[in-house]
Amino acid sequence: MEKNKARLRTNFHQAKWDEEVIFQLHTPGERGIIVPKVDIEIEKEVGNGLSTIPENMRRKEAPQLPEVGQMRVLKHYLRMSQETLGADFNIDIGQGTCTMKYSPKINDAIARNPKASEIHPNQDEETVQGALEVIYNMEGIFKEISGLDRFSFQPSSGSHAILVMASIVRKYHDLKGEGDQRNEIITTIFSHPSDAAAAAVKGFKIITIHQGPDGLVDIESLKKVVSNRTAGLFITNPEDTGIFNSKIAEFTKVVHDAGGLCGYDQANANGLLGITRTKEAGFDMCFFNLHKTFSSPHGCGGPAGGAIGVTSQLQDILPVPLVEKTGDRYHLNYDVPYTIGKTRAFYGVFPVILRAYAWIMSLGAEGLKTVSEIAVLNNNYLLRKITAIKGATSPFSGGKRRIEQVRYSFDNMFKETGIGTHDVTYRMADFGFHMWSSHHPFVVPEPFTIEPTESYSKVELDEYIAGLQQCSDEAYSNPEIIRGAPHQSVVHHIDYSVSDDPKKWAITWRAYLKKHVNK
Amino acid sequence: MSEKKHFVHPYIPNSEPDVKAEMLKEIGVKDIEELFEDIPESLRYRKEMKLPKPLLSEMELKAHFERLLSKNKTCKENISFLGGGCYNHYVPAICDEINGRAEFLTAYAGEPYEDHGRFHSLFEYESLMAEMLDFDVVNVPTYDWTQAASTSIRMAGRLTKRSEVLVSEIVSPDRFDAIKNYIEPVMKITKVNHNMITGLMDLEDLKKKINPEVAAIYFENPSYFGIIENQGEIISEIAHKNGSLSIVGTDPISLGLLKPPSQYGADIACGDIQGLGIHMYYGGATGGFISCRDEEKIIMEFPSRLFGITKTAVEGEWGFDDVAYNRTSFAHRENGKEFIGTASALWGITAGAYLALMGPKGMQELDQHILQKSLYAIKKITAVKGAKLRFTSSQFKEFVIDFTGSGKKVQEINKALLAKGIFGGKDLSYEFPQLQNCALYCITELVSKEDIDKLAETLNEII
Repeated sequence: MEKNKARLRTNFHQAKWDEEVIFQLHTPGERGIIVPKVDIEIEKEVGNGLSTIPENMRRKEAPQLPEVGQMRVLKHYLRMSQETLGADFNIDIGQGTCTMKYSPKINDAIARNPKASEIHPNQDEETVQGALEVIYNMEGIFKEISGLDRFSFQPSSGSHAILVMASIVRKYHDLKGEGDQRNEIITTIFSHPSDAAAAAVKGFKIITIHQGPDGLVDIESLKKVVSNRTAGLFITNPEDTGIFNSKIAEFTKVVHDAGGLCGYDQANANGLLGITRTKEAGFDMCFFNLHKTFSSPHGCGGPAGGAIGVTSQLQDILPVPLVEKTGDRYHLNYDVPYTIGKTRAFYGVFPVILRAYAWIMSLGAEGLKTVSEIAVLNNNYLLRKITAIKGATSPFSGGKRRIEQVRYSFDNMFKETGIGTHDVTYRMADFGFHMWSSHHPFVVPEPFTIEPTESYSKVELDEYIAGLQQCSDEAYSNPEIIRGAPHQSVVHHIDYSVSDDPKKWAITWRAYLKKHVNK
Repeated sequence: MSEKKHFVHPYIPNSEPDVKAEMLKEIGVKDIEELFEDIPESLRYRKEMKLPKPLLSEMELKAHFERLLSKNKTCKENISFLGGGCYNHYVPAICDEINGRAEFLTAYAGEPYEDHGRFHSLFEYESLMAEMLDFDVVNVPTYDWTQAASTSIRMAGRLTKRSEVLVSEIVSPDRFDAIKNYIEPVMKITKVNHNMITGLMDLEDLKKKINPEVAAIYFENPSYFGIIENQGEIISEIAHKNGSLSIVGTDPISLGLLKPPSQYGADIACGDIQGLGIHMYYGGATGGFISCRDEEKIIMEFPSRLFGITKTAVEGEWGFDDVAYNRTSFAHRENGKEFIGTASALWGITAGAYLALMGPKGMQELDQHILQKSLYAIKKITAVKGAKLRFTSSQFKEFVIDFTGSGKKVQEINKALLAKGIFGGKDLSYEFPQLQNCALYCITELVSKEDIDKLAETLNEII
């Protein structure tokens, strides 16, 4: 059989249904589903029930939901799904920092088991031993991956885990009587925006340090900002540039010497499993995103899930409840002496925890290490290929290797042709790809961040490279085709002028009708 | 050993040795190890992680998880009267079909072009929820009700530049705790008493506690105890006279028959969408909504994504986009409003599909169904000697039963019920000292008349 070769999908066209907004499908009298009536005996006993609602709490008009038959509702949603480019459909490496890897179908099937989906959080512990075992076993696994001593899976996401870290930092200093004084969190510009934003929610002043010419923050900049006001350091490593900060252990030492705590943002851990750990880098706590490195599907933006780990020094501050095992029984422990308390409803995002657990179990220690090795191999392969494309560079290269992703720049191309990153992101859609720019601020001009993960074959990586190459070729020879893009996607150039105009923006259909139709 | 070396994992295509070699050659290194040269040896982990033995075949993996999960006993196999923020409502087949679609399930953060459907369906979710709430703005969902309430309160703090919130004392203690953690030390939280006979808010206590530093009053309707608060208008008025916001947490499923908060003076409504077509998942499948008027001042305080509708370069084509993106932490890090990241979008799409299926009649009929059944359940349970309805006010879906008269603790009663395959109401004895021997019962459409009769019979036997 002949070997598969890369081929750019120049004849691609995404599904386009020109679908209505659901309210436009309203046909009075149609029904999507029937709600059963209560038994006649119940009706006899209690009447219609309506009179028990206090007069001033009765809704006078039914909610103005559309009335649409079932098949039409289904079709509507299926059409919208086809107009969405899931990771299952594309070579989803253009959303760097987000680790768009394969989410195995078997893990979804496992999560759909009614034994997982039909359990209530307030059931007797005896009836949820399986669920508790999942969480307990996950803790054991994450202790190995990170080297830290205790984990909670209560965070709802990565950003939420940062909030939990910030809450722990605050509590720790409060307990030491330094809570008022230690009110600064230090982070870096190439750490995720939430490292700054979620810490600020807990009332911390944020100090952001910027990178030096090599793309890394140097230790001197850190020394300049630490003081007896330092509450902690929240830092991603590798940062969003994909460069590993080799001095990270010195960073944590500087912060510890100043009396602060160190929180490792391990959102970018896909290249580090079994390679290097939180503990050896000297951190007091860390978090992982179960929907990134650990493969739970992204769901159009959630459900997400986070895992937060701490050293034994901080374990008595973790959110409650923790999951414990006594003999062969699992139980919830609310007796955590200095706990920050609850941070979300119930115990964490269980379907996400379950899928991540299934993913880890399908790989084991050696498999996880292979994940990281191949993710890094793929990334450095792309680095080689993408920097060979005219107009594309990888700032801060300096001969450095990259871990799992690279923040590239189309600045040269922009200066030479007027075509920049945003134009390319629209054009890439014409070949069945997605490409994202980067988080703000654009420290790297005309940025784009590519993270190949371990999931895509070399042929697929080559196909994506061919897409970027095509865009570059067009920028230098036929920029108009890029300026008019996308041509083969679901819709054409969007009118962004309304999005920041309070008189015109419409966040719901009823607002649209009020502002644009029945003015 | 050599066999092991050639093992290619199905999820890792480039672990195939020839491909790997070709790529290494292209990069110009001999070994993958060289790619990790920036990680100092002192930080390298040279041992093998002690993880459970992997289940490499899908078949073994599936069997393992079936065994493991079989240790759970579900609300399908038993009769459940549990609620308290996570609800066993019926999930229409279409909801599972939609959120199982690979496109929605595996998409993330595409542009409004290739991910048109993601924007479209979430815009519709916002729009359908807006009809339930009778408000013009709804966010792309956040994590859960707790987060929605916490953020609503912080929004009020920023809007009023004030730092205290008055919170109803009958909010679930877990939620109260999490709100407290989220708003401190920037804001302070104070409880407002309720009348422990009617369950309604104690307005005198509210008037006593309101002061010029109060940014908002937060209460829930129906409350954690299922009580329908009929003083919403007065509470909102007290808030407004003080220059504070009225924030109301509500169960959207109740709004087929109950007035939405917007109609009794609320400035912000919030709550959870889990009941709208989403399975319980041990409390892990939640989604928080935040809703308000179409008022720039309030909208600019949202941390959440807000998807809006617009046109495109082609006549007749709908386009969608982020509204006022510059508010967010994606745009301005710590200077954005709180923070934003991955939350619960898939559940938003699902809840949208649920509301589209139900339509106005479905929501009204469902609420009447739940109302009638809970009245029936109250009647049957309180006919048992030693079981009393704890509060005198009207209830929706949930109610508190006081077992003091039985001389038995809820814990004992629930243990005996469990032995008969019944998950009794949540024990409130630990959460509220005033509610010793009380349990929170929840009746959804999935609880049948036979289930209720069986509960009453079993209670009769136990107490």
